[in-house]
Amino acid sequence: MPRARVLIRPKEGILDPQGKAVERALPALGFEGIGNVHVGRMVELEASDPARLPELCEKLLANPLIEDFEIESIDGP
Amino acid sequence: MVWGVLQFPGSCDERDAVGACERTGGEARLVWHEARDLEGVDAVVVPGGFSYGDYLRAGAIARFSPAMEAVAKFAAAGGPVLGICNGFQVLCETGLLPGALLRNTDLRFVCRQVDLLAGGLSTPEGGQSCREPAERLSIPAKHGEGRYWAPEAMLDEIEANGQVAFRYAPGHNPNGSARDIAGVTNEEGNVLGLMPHPEHAVDPLTGSTDGLKVFEALAGARA
Repeated sequence: MPRARVLIRPKEGILDPQGKAVERALPALGFEGIGNVHVGRMVELEASDPARLPELCEKLLANPLIEDFEIESIDGP
Repeated sequence: MVWGVLQFPGSCDERDAVGACERTGGEARLVWHEARDLEGVDAVVVPGGFSYGDYLRAGAIARFSPAMEAVAKFAAAGGPVLGICNGFQVLCETGLLPGALLRNTDLRFVCRQVDLLAGGLSTPEGGQSCREPAERLSIPAKHGEGRYWAPEAMLDEIEANGQVAFRYAPGHNPNGSARDIAGVTNEEGNVLGLMPHPEHAVDPLTGSTDGLKVFEALAGARA
């Protein structure tokens, strides 16, 4: 079955406290020069009909009011 | 008056909700998430907790349960629905209420008594208890994902429509909610959701009985 990866991230302009927390922790670990960190979710799945994935994302995997999503296909081994 | 209180795997406040309903003088029964029929209840409570483990997003899976489909129909027919905490999240995910609940700004789970200002809690048939503007209620809040958010245009719209039922009193916003919003109704006014827990503020033993007013308002709407 075709495999796909869905990337879900908070919409731009919505405060992302997880990203901010990661960003603030970095200098203490010696990582300088890293900014604009955003934390989202990644879902991998197999789909017999990948054409239906956008609908699936809008209905369940993402909340379109607050999140953007991207679908990538993964080539099977 | 008969209340139906939904029960999902992972709900944890349904029994307090039943107790609160009973204190208003009504009868209350639990409705399992697989039930397709609400069996003639007069009002529905979608309680707090962590339905389906809050996997994916809080409320995202519960939205697809048979019981929620029944609640959506019940609400569309004008039936009163109260969503508390996780129940509020479920109602937003279902699209019965506008907006969404995001992680608290400081990423911490908050558990504390907050003051709410209840104003314009409009009910289609004229519930009275919470209608006076700026009535102040002391009610506990406990959540990690309670930051109310909606696009600016939607916020303007729900404010203009009088759909903001509760705001955190100045200095009491525990989660970074937009415009201090703690609870909203749908446009028709028969569906209400809020993050704080009125069902935990019904007994003088725990310091406040203000939560009863929320249940009474809903009961009044149906009476």
